[in-house]
Amino acid sequence: MAKTEARVAPYAFVSPFFIVFAIFGFFPLVYTLWVSLHDWSLLAGNQGFVGLANYRELMHDTDFWRAMTNTIGIFVLATVPQLILATVLAQVLNSKLRARTFWRMGVLLPNVTSVAAVGIIFGLIFARDYGIVNWALGTIGLDPIDWQGHRWSSWLAISVMVDWRWTGYNALILLASLQAVPKELYEAARIDGASAWRQFWSITVPMLRPTIIFVSIVATIGGIQLFTEPLLFGSGINAIAGGSTGQFQTVAMYLVQQAFTGQRFGYASTVAWVLFLLIAVFAIINVALLRRIKSVD
Amino acid sequence: MNRTQRIAAMAVSALAVGVLAAGCGGSGDDSSDGKVTLRVNLFGKFGYKDLYKQFEAEHPGVKIVESAEGDLGKYNTKLSQQIAANAAAGDVVAIEEGQTVNFLQSADKFVNLQDHGYADIKADYLPYVADAATTADGKTTIGLGTDVGGLAMCYRRDLFEKAGLPVEREEVAKLWPTWQDFIATGEKFQQGINDPKVHFIDAATNTYNSILMQGSKETYFDRDNKLVVDSNPAVKNAWDLSTEMVDAGLSAKLVAFSDEWNAGFKNGAFATVACPAWMTGTIKGNAGDALAGKWDIATVPGGSGNWGGSWLAVPKSSKHQKEAIELIKFLSSKTGQMGAFESEGRLPSLPALYDTPELKDAKNDYFNNAPTGQLFVAGARNLEPVYLGAKNVPVRDAFENVLRSVENGQRSQADGWKEAIKAAQKAAK
Repeated sequence: MAKTEARVAPYAFVSPFFIVFAIFGFFPLVYTLWVSLHDWSLLAGNQGFVGLANYRELMHDTDFWRAMTNTIGIFVLATVPQLILATVLAQVLNSKLRARTFWRMGVLLPNVTSVAAVGIIFGLIFARDYGIVNWALGTIGLDPIDWQGHRWSSWLAISVMVDWRWTGYNALILLASLQAVPKELYEAARIDGASAWRQFWSITVPMLRPTIIFVSIVATIGGIQLFTEPLLFGSGINAIAGGSTGQFQTVAMYLVQQAFTGQRFGYASTVAWVLFLLIAVFAIINVALLRRIKSVD
Repeated sequence: MNRTQRIAAMAVSALAVGVLAAGCGGSGDDSSDGKVTLRVNLFGKFGYKDLYKQFEAEHPGVKIVESAEGDLGKYNTKLSQQIAANAAAGDVVAIEEGQTVNFLQSADKFVNLQDHGYADIKADYLPYVADAATTADGKTTIGLGTDVGGLAMCYRRDLFEKAGLPVEREEVAKLWPTWQDFIATGEKFQQGINDPKVHFIDAATNTYNSILMQGSKETYFDRDNKLVVDSNPAVKNAWDLSTEMVDAGLSAKLVAFSDEWNAGFKNGAFATVACPAWMTGTIKGNAGDALAGKWDIATVPGGSGNWGGSWLAVPKSSKHQKEAIELIKFLSSKTGQMGAFESEGRLPSLPALYDTPELKDAKNDYFNNAPTGQLFVAGARNLEPVYLGAKNVPVRDAFENVLRSVENGQRSQADGWKEAIKAAQKAAK
């Protein structure tokens, strides 16, 4: 009796995750694939099997590829500085600061702010007519920028929004693993006369490798799925279009637009599947690249 | 960990799964204790607060909770999800004009009001309001009309004065019998005001939609749901006139209903807004008390028009259908529609009210005591039904977006027209 229990117990402990995943993860995934093979209207229902027609259409859909370019562009623009900044921030937070807990809590604050509030505030900061950034540009004699109007400026503004929200979060995760780095390594480095910068590159970064891989993957998934920030950045009618020429529409926004404005559920499911594959590919590339960071033995 | 602890832990995890599964079953039914909570899902401001109180007083045990989404696009997305999933849409939902055809596709997910005495009240509504929420075969009606978007033109008296234009509403109306006159007036305004921060209109899209909706019985689709963007002269006409306004530099180039547009009211960024009756509530809310009396209302170029209007429906997923049907009947009754007119300026869809002194003589003190009753009723009586296809919203969005790109200087007008047709064809798929 006790033996059976001992064998069953571990499975019972982990089962909730797998049950929940099966219901909310695996089933939708398979069902989405099924829907993507159909002409499926959201409200009118299934209009018949079309095979791979949706996928073929997607390959030639310039709007989709524009959204893809935007997504990857914003992702790179947001994630690279974010992770570098987070690593540096973690290093700083790990040093002897006064009121350390205060600073550590502080960097997490942007993350607990409601994303809707962040979107509205940043929308106002980067507003064309009454925004504070344009006001500041004006005081130094520069022309105001229509932040939403151009591709580069809208990407930049959205990246700033994403970084503001997630840098502190990643810094704290990195900090946790930084504290596990043996102090002796730094002491030895100091004795050898290594500069702070050298210590950072030769000890901190290699020791943090697994954590950096983890935060990069999480950031990748978040970045490729980016939705709320660009949506809130362009408020008003048809905000889901991400600007008048779709200059900051991400793939996730395109997906929602197709499903709920366009009523094309089957096509939107196709977008969802391609997005899923894309995230998988990106995650693999990420791991492969980061593996190349040298480990200290 | 000893045996008892292990068993306890297993029980806890099993329980956790059970609780989670139960959580998916929806919220508990609250009617067991004799109390009924009706959830009303709306977008924007309907002005129902006092009416709820009245209904609750007449129906002891009923409590009404309203949730209102400010963003119509977001509201429609959520409502489509909920209706498609047949869950959690609320006991009463508002359906906006552009979406009625859409939701008629899934008429089986709504309570058919014809089973609940609709025949007795149908004749009270403007005919097109009654037809719009009924399926083509005439057998299912999913919504009761609340208000219609009788059109006028709201304008800033103080800015007109500064620009050297007349300010009294009768004279202002004479400035623009047609949209061409409106453009000419706009050019005079820009010259007179001579301030790069103040424009004549708020956004090309708002004017475009107003012109389009007054020009024809159909817009992007004919009644067979065939896309007619490139053959319907009404679309080209609305496009040409609104791009002409852009060329003349009349537009403040704001995205309608965006945060910046909202701020534009307070900052005096534009002098006119195409003004369906419900817009008076929006203007008052956005511009604030400081600008009371500085706004006024004149007739719209072309005399009348239609923009917006809503229907109230009861989804089949509602657990309190009986009470919900009573509530929408009340809210769309004479009392209900009059109440919404008084608090938010929403123009009733019941023609019987148009001759009552309460409506005929109604004035809006925020708009310099403009006779809103007369102004909007005159437009409403002449309202012609405009057919909007099931894909109206995606096509309109596509068109508006290209128009905005022309407005922002991202495309030329000629390129824009070609692009708009292409985008419309794609959106109509």
